Amino acid sequence: MTDRNGATPLLEMRGINTHYGAVHILKDVELAIYPGELVCLLGGNASGKSTTLKTLLGMVTPTTGDVVLDGEVVNGKPTSYLVERGVTMVPENRRLFKRLSVKENLELGAYLRTDRDGIQRDLERVYSMFPRVYERLSQKSGTLSGGEQQMVAMGRALMSNPRVLLMDEPSMGLAPALVQTNFELIEQIHQEGVAIFMVEQNANMALSIADRGWVLQTGRVVLDDTADALMANPELRASYLGEA
Amino acid sequence: MTTAMRHKAAQKTGVDQFLTFLRVVLSFFIITGLVMFVLQQINPDNPIAARINPDATGLTADQFEGLVISGLSQGAMYGLIALGYSMVYGVLGFINFAHGEVFMVGAMTGMIVSNKLDEAGAWESNFLLSLLFIIVVAIVCSTATAVIMERVAYRPLRGAPRLIPLITSIGVSFLIQNISVVLLGPGAKSYPTLPDWLADKRSILFFEIEGTKIMVLVVAAISMAGLWFLVERTKTGKAMRAVAEDKEIASLMGIDVNKTIVTTFAVGGAMAGVAGILWGILFRSVIHTTGFLPGIKAFSAAVVGGIGNLGGAMAGGLSLGSAESLAPLMVLEPWGIGGVSQLKDAVAFLVLIFVLLVRPTGLFGERLSSEDRA
Repeated sequence: MTDRNGATPLLEMRGINTHYGAVHILKDVELAIYPGELVCLLGGNASGKSTTLKTLLGMVTPTTGDVVLDGEVVNGKPTSYLVERGVTMVPENRRLFKRLSVKENLELGAYLRTDRDGIQRDLERVYSMFPRVYERLSQKSGTLSGGEQQMVAMGRALMSNPRVLLMDEPSMGLAPALVQTNFELIEQIHQEGVAIFMVEQNANMALSIADRGWVLQTGRVVLDDTADALMANPELRASYLGEA
Repeated sequence: MTTAMRHKAAQKTGVDQFLTFLRVVLSFFIITGLVMFVLQQINPDNPIAARINPDATGLTADQFEGLVISGLSQGAMYGLIALGYSMVYGVLGFINFAHGEVFMVGAMTGMIVSNKLDEAGAWESNFLLSLLFIIVVAIVCSTATAVIMERVAYRPLRGAPRLIPLITSIGVSFLIQNISVVLLGPGAKSYPTLPDWLADKRSILFFEIEGTKIMVLVVAAISMAGLWFLVERTKTGKAMRAVAEDKEIASLMGIDVNKTIVTTFAVGGAMAGVAGILWGILFRSVIHTTGFLPGIKAFSAAVVGGIGNLGGAMAGGLSLGSAESLAPLMVLEPWGIGGVSQLKDAVAFLVLIFVLLVRPTGLFGERLSSEDRA
């Protein structure tokens, strides 16, 4: 694991094993996300990427091993416990509340917060990041275009004032032009000092903006390196970048 | 899609043709009935009206007004019950058939408490305060019933296929009815007599309305406004709507999904409790099976309005109530059908069938667009 000169990781997985019934999904997974970095977890279908996210968020309880937030073991804590402490996720396919207005979607992002001033400040931050969202505040979010919905999804996640943002397949199901916008948005959020943990199949895209990454194969971390090294890795190029 | 499949999709099946036939026949029946009614009202001696049903008498303005008002006041009561069906369906996706019993519990507790108040003399001397009190007690008991029901019967089935809680709810319904028989006996029980001043007619705009019905409409309107405020304007309501749409993402927002589901049952139960008292005021008699018919009708109202849609539940209740009050005389009688005033219940369900034939999503139901399903 990349050593960060003794800095404490923000969010960690220590020797995680996860089962769905008898099926062994994650096998001895070790990950550490440090404050303010942009990292990615690469892997194909059914490699355990989504389970990793769900385990990190407490939606799935690991059989063995610990999920550690700020040095505290948080296994078995409800998702709300992690959200309150600065972990949140932008789910795959955005998953907005389509029948609710854009404003309500954003407010739900801040559901657990009670600091009115802070919420207002963050709302304005989201408006200034995404002026298009501001124009659509009272519309039902289901009526927005795909790109606008992506902005609302990110804005909603930012409303919980996260320290680490988990992104589930940000390029999934989007038109190529939107994928580009999306990754620009991710970088923009990253520049605001939020750590980003991105789970992706699109290795090229993810590695082009990430600091470092892991490769997950049938539930096991097979590669753990800096983004540049992973880009250059012939094994990865063979299996994920489509070069035989 | 292959050509063969497209061909098949375009082709109407026998079922489609049958449904179209039903739509046409029912629409014809209703429209013709209404036209004949209107003709008869214009001129009772006109040959068409007289020929089809010589016995039909038509309606005087007073009768019509009375039917509209009593239809609306019963409809408001159905609407209040329908909210509970619709809310639970919205959040959990199953029909809680025991919801009619939650309403019955409200009516029963109202009966017990109002009789106690009557013995103490408060019912007569301080009616409005007593009414408020029994409403509060009914809300508390109905809410408790709904919440306990969720905890004991439905929560253990959270992951099960939807048919299972649905069947369970029928069992819960029988259970509550029988508990009522054990505790209070099988006979019908009555509410104390309402004060005379309440029954007096008052004129509001162009209408002369009985005080009782004004009261029913006012109480229903206040409750619905309160519910609307809760659902649309508060954080709890926002959480309820979020949970109804996507539980996983709602919990990602930090919403306690279980707690929100309990809140939904509680609010639905409170509305049913209010409806129970309205029943008591309108009919003054309650028995352990009281919940059944209004429950089923309220369920129909929820479907007519578009299940899962709260505005729809209210509108569905009002239209169902008005239809069952007006349609027998305005549609059935001109056709020469006898004993129409006893066909009220049949009419309520015919309305349901008609709406489902013409607009399967209900009056205000939204069809999911293809994008929503993706």
